[in-house]
Amino acid sequence: METGYHFSHKHILSLEDLSSADISFILQTADSFKEISTRSIKKVPTLRGKTVINLFFEPSTRTRLSFEIAAKRMSADTFNIASSTSSTTKGETLVDTALNLMAMNPDIIIIRHSFSGAAQLLTEHIETSVINAGDGTHEHPSQGLLDLMTVMEKKGRIEGLKVAIIGDIAHSRVAHSNIIGFTKMGASVCVAGPGTMMPPAVEKLGATRCNSVHEAVADADVVMALRIQKERQDDSLIPSLREYAKYFGINRSVIDLAKKDVLIMHPGPLNRGVEIDSEIADDPRSVILDQVTNGVAIRMALLYLLMGGD
Amino acid sequence: MSTLAAPASKNNKSMILLNGRIIDPANGIDGVGHLLVVQGKISAVFLNGEEPDLPDEVDRIDLAGKWVVPGLIDMHVHLREPGEEYKETIASGTRAAAAGGFTGVACMPNTRPVNDSYSITSLILAQAAEGSARVYPVGSISKGGEGKILAEYGEMRKAGVVALSDDGMPVVDSQLLRRGLEYAADYNLLVISHSEELALSKNGAMNEGYNSTRLGLRGIPGIAESIMIYRDLAVAECTGRPIHIAHISTRESVSLIRRAKAKGSLVTAETAPHYFSLTDEAVGNYDSRAKMNPPLRTADDVMAIKEGLKDGTIDAIATDHAPHSVLEKDVEFARAANGIIGLETAVPLTMNLLRNGDIDSGRMVELLSLNPARILGVEGGTLSPGTVADITVIDPDLEFVYSVDKIVSKSKNSPFIDWDLKGKAVLTLMAGEITWSDLH
Repeated sequence: METGYHFSHKHILSLEDLSSADISFILQTADSFKEISTRSIKKVPTLRGKTVINLFFEPSTRTRLSFEIAAKRMSADTFNIASSTSSTTKGETLVDTALNLMAMNPDIIIIRHSFSGAAQLLTEHIETSVINAGDGTHEHPSQGLLDLMTVMEKKGRIEGLKVAIIGDIAHSRVAHSNIIGFTKMGASVCVAGPGTMMPPAVEKLGATRCNSVHEAVADADVVMALRIQKERQDDSLIPSLREYAKYFGINRSVIDLAKKDVLIMHPGPLNRGVEIDSEIADDPRSVILDQVTNGVAIRMALLYLLMGGD
Repeated sequence: MSTLAAPASKNNKSMILLNGRIIDPANGIDGVGHLLVVQGKISAVFLNGEEPDLPDEVDRIDLAGKWVVPGLIDMHVHLREPGEEYKETIASGTRAAAAGGFTGVACMPNTRPVNDSYSITSLILAQAAEGSARVYPVGSISKGGEGKILAEYGEMRKAGVVALSDDGMPVVDSQLLRRGLEYAADYNLLVISHSEELALSKNGAMNEGYNSTRLGLRGIPGIAESIMIYRDLAVAECTGRPIHIAHISTRESVSLIRRAKAKGSLVTAETAPHYFSLTDEAVGNYDSRAKMNPPLRTADDVMAIKEGLKDGTIDAIATDHAPHSVLEKDVEFARAANGIIGLETAVPLTMNLLRNGDIDSGRMVELLSLNPARILGVEGGTLSPGTVADITVIDPDLEFVYSVDKIVSKSKNSPFIDWDLKGKAVLTLMAGEITWSDLH
């Protein structure tokens, strides 16, 4: 790292908060941790005696497990709390939950919540470091970082690449973090999807809004399909999954418009045959499982850096 | 009139306010002089160096450098009583009003239960009798504020309501709004509309735009307000009845009302200080103190609101004082309650408009006193001899930090906390009685 750089964040709430130097440093740190997961004994003592709480108010398998594995490979003690946001009428407030957890002296709280700003709210009331593992339709910074890591690993650079993100941009915290992350690192990001799923002023986030999937994908180095949540149909954002798949799904004819060595990405879980055709998800150029692998390394790096490793 | 919450005067004494700048646009007065109060009424105004010859027992208050204006009237507040006394009571809310320079407040009916009846109106007025400001209850347009059937306007009028509104919610059913306007005419009651197209604002937490995208919050587009104003104007016009549009926040709303007035419609409108003082940038990183409905808008909307205040399109500044406790505010942003307190910041925020040259001091008095009195049909709004001595004294140069410990309201939900403010009510008189004094 260049001289004078020092990672100085107490929390990881968003990629908006991180500079390009921060992001580069996290990616380098994660890269150096990746090897640990390939050993036969996948454990280092770095975070021994540290307590990590996974506070998940939304169902999640992959992200929660990824954080848990990351913490355990660093020898931290991990605890999982799964709670439903819908039970707050009878239960305690988020702030009270956080205060109670803090009273038990954890070192890091990882929170996933269905409301935007929930992780930020925590930091206003407790001293513990907080990692945002996805808050509503705001950000999912560790996902953005693992996507950057995957592209960096496969392409050797981010700068100058064309990244197409296709789908429900308005309601995707993954898209939000990726637009910010990739543009900060010098890529150009094109987004496309149904008009009902385009957020207002998305250009101001740094993305180029394309009028069609074809336009977004043309000559792209990276094509990322976003998961379509089935309940969006009830919101009247799309008439049917069938029509979505036909006009906005990533299939062979769409992917052929991209560069030959395009990377095919998806944050998972996949709706095969909806936002991405099965054969494209399984294409040799698909890095969907590399994303998952890198997720563990990114989260190890975040835990390490927040605990003062530098 | 039964809406006169406070007794006309317990005060047999006389008082003279000396050397203040008397600003009374209704009488075309703006000049340094003296104002004599006798037995709770304005007795005489002395201008152009005229010196009264007064007996010694008259209380003398020197107000050199200060402004003497008709008592301010806030035509849109929430006092939370009955039902949510942990947020505000009529006692605490009227004390906050007096501290902010208000001698009268019109309280919206979305209490618990809703003020849709003789008995709730009577309860509010009974509580208000001990208050620090006159309380003008607003009754609901529909029973329970549910937007289904008409409430009992005759009974509420008899008990003392001055206007009708389902504030907090729009009257969605256009036929019901029409019937409400027609039936209100029988009792000479003004209808105040909270204009919001719910289908467009549903689940929204802030203004729709870049900031809502940045924060991942559901946006409320400006048209959610203006579409409904258009509907409200059309319905009111069809009945030939006046309508008052509450808390307008967008450029399009201003231009719709401007156009309607040019055509001769009997429309009046209010905005709140936050709509000319803040943009949606104030939401920052999920600061729920900047959450209200309608939401804070863009810089262009703020400019349009200022233009409307200047050119007469907007008739009144009302605070939409909406107290909430930490229980409603210290939660996830989308879950936080809408509304901010406003009584104690209205004067300095409005004076920012003066200092920036958007309006002059006479216009400020129109917006905060004369026009609200006329729109609601209540006393006050002038300093005419013979009228009730509801008077506000403003120190235009007083600088202060609006800190939490100074807030008189029971709730502290304001985006202006810790702001440096300038201009403050330093003496408030209701029927000649001091309800608030910062004079030393």
